[in-house]
Amino acid sequence: MRVSRIFLAAAALALAATPACFAEGAPIEIQWWHAMTSVNGELVNEMAGEFNRAQSDYKVVPVYKGGYADTMQAAIAAFRAGNPPAIVQIFEVGTATMMAAKGAVKPVFQLMAEAGEPFDPHLYLPAIAGYYSTSDGKMLSLPFNSSTAILYYNKDAFAKAGLDPAVPPKTWPELFADARKIRAAGYACGFTSSWISWIQVEQFSAWHNLPLGTKANGMDGADTVLDFNNPVLARHIANLAEAQQDKTFDYGGRTIEPDQKFVSGECGMTLNSSGFFGLAKAGAKFPFGVGELPYYPDVKGAPQNSIIGGASLWVMAGKKPDEYKGVARFLTFLSQTPQQVRFHEATGYLPITQAAYEAARDGGFYKEHPGTELPILQMTAKPPTENSRGLRFGNLVQIRDVIAEELEGAFAGKESAQQALDNAVKRGNAVLSQFEAATK
Amino acid sequence: MQRRVIFRGTLLPCLLVAPQLAVTLVFFFWPAGQAFWQSLHREDPFGLSSRFVGLDNFAAVLADPDYADAILRTLVFSVAVTALVLAPSLLLAVMADRVVKAAAAYKTVLLLPYAVAPAVAGVLWLFLFYPNVGLLGLALTALGVEWNYFLNGAQAMALVVIASAWKQISYNFLFFLAGLQSIPKALLEAAAIDGANARRRFWTIVFPLLSPTAFFLIVVDIVYAFFDTFAVIRSVTRGGPGKATEILVYKVYYDGWEAQDLNASAAQSVILMAIVVALTALQFRYVERRVHY
Repeated sequence: MRVSRIFLAAAALALAATPACFAEGAPIEIQWWHAMTSVNGELVNEMAGEFNRAQSDYKVVPVYKGGYADTMQAAIAAFRAGNPPAIVQIFEVGTATMMAAKGAVKPVFQLMAEAGEPFDPHLYLPAIAGYYSTSDGKMLSLPFNSSTAILYYNKDAFAKAGLDPAVPPKTWPELFADARKIRAAGYACGFTSSWISWIQVEQFSAWHNLPLGTKANGMDGADTVLDFNNPVLARHIANLAEAQQDKTFDYGGRTIEPDQKFVSGECGMTLNSSGFFGLAKAGAKFPFGVGELPYYPDVKGAPQNSIIGGASLWVMAGKKPDEYKGVARFLTFLSQTPQQVRFHEATGYLPITQAAYEAARDGGFYKEHPGTELPILQMTAKPPTENSRGLRFGNLVQIRDVIAEELEGAFAGKESAQQALDNAVKRGNAVLSQFEAATK
Repeated sequence: MQRRVIFRGTLLPCLLVAPQLAVTLVFFFWPAGQAFWQSLHREDPFGLSSRFVGLDNFAAVLADPDYADAILRTLVFSVAVTALVLAPSLLLAVMADRVVKAAAAYKTVLLLPYAVAPAVAGVLWLFLFYPNVGLLGLALTALGVEWNYFLNGAQAMALVVIASAWKQISYNFLFFLAGLQSIPKALLEAAAIDGANARRRFWTIVFPLLSPTAFFLIVVDIVYAFFDTFAVIRSVTRGGPGKATEILVYKVYYDGWEAQDLNASAAQSVILMAIVVALTALQFRYVERRVHY
């Protein structure tokens, strides 16, 4: 109902704006590079379309540039070639790299001030805004799609395995036990995990209040080193590697490749981004439920809080003031509550402003769709510690590949879990020092 | 009596050569020059700062154990691809050469893979062999093979070798077929009259006469395996699992594009350029001498 009303309003505005369009000539084009596919990508196009219809001075052109890493690399290459897009969606692991690129980006707080757009960083949920702000609270990029990792489970599989479809496993021992039962019930795989490094190493560490690196995971200073080769994580990776043997756990690739293993019904459970919710709803032919990330009950302080993933919008440097005005107006448009609520409800990404969260809650969305509030509760459950505020490592994109490579070695039985983590830390630190040398 | 065309003056010849020279300069020498320049500098990803570091990048690349592994992997990969291309394409060419009925149709079908873009070919094989989803992936699992190239490096390597070879077979087939058809029929007939059977005729007449073609194809295939297989690897395994399918050219891409370390990547490109120049020179010098013309 609400969506159609917005659509009608937009259509009316578009009609009203048509004559102005003819009078003023071509609007200024604003390129927006993004990495959103399927339902999420359609929403990106819809929101840009709505903004374009609502005014006639600017035209936002969304361009799909491939996965997160591809989009970031394309933007960097375009910057080097002297023709970057005005707005680019950069995933959270690219944050440190973008922050270090001082002459290449236009900080959002500065953009808004210069364009005279009202902008209050305090309207954003602190757990999210903190990720994209300097230590003195200046917001450098606009949070766009923020997610956290949660558990998805196939209710049919649970029923077939003699498990209660209303109760997801709470701890890792429970999850492994449930996965074995699902496997015994004839499923090809018990559970899988997308984003192997993000979920099984980064989120796992925050959720168990364990450090990934020194200096509060780099949030307190760039001279950070990785030190996640602790016994708790090693035990977890060893458990995963053991479960891989009989497909209780089945590794399916580094980023979104395992999505399909859950949607197709091959695996009974998966750990994935909360942003996967809309995609699962569109793709799965079975009822599914969600649960919080599992934890090891014998680890002190667990569960702590999970951290965010997803992406933010960065504005690139070197554009004309006119164009920046349009960018600022578009960012304001995106931050408005109706846009936020709609994006949040359709995709499963977190609401990024307090107002959007309240609007979704008061609108009864969480009551109607059980489980959709879970990610935000899980992320804000406890005040964050040094280990769960967030991550800020240079070249984290590459470090993630290093971690994934070593985990693949452990899952294939080529090295022990402890060896894999020791190697990942050693190789990851080499990447970090290389980043420091390059950005000095 | 030979007729020779002689240009008077220098303007016209220069004009005629200019387009070719321009293309070579813009698309080969300029990028190669940039690679040289970048391999001697250190920059941040955005190119905001740059400083001269001499041969540091080369030293770092050569001291990297990953790089040594990648060299070894590339050798295994290119030998496997070349072998897997040459043998089937020779067999197919010999067979197609004998076909009388609908010969053109067979040839057309055998040439089709060459028209498929490498990335598309990669995706095709990906779909076929996707663990638990692809047709052949399912079949392998049904046969009791633990098929999961996301974890099994040897399987991943086999898959990219097959996919890369499949793409190149058409090209080899075409050259072998042309080679076969240029062998004088009189030689074969004379041998047949002398009592040589088909098998003997092939090994003593056809095969030696095909050796220049085969030699040419070996060089082309190795260069193909070194450089043009990037798209296949990119679309099928992305160099994984671990680094199981990361060959030199993929590493150049990964380090430069994904890891944003253009300088290390440039140093590797320069080394790769040197390797290929040396390889080609070596082959032409020593292997060509033994080739029977």
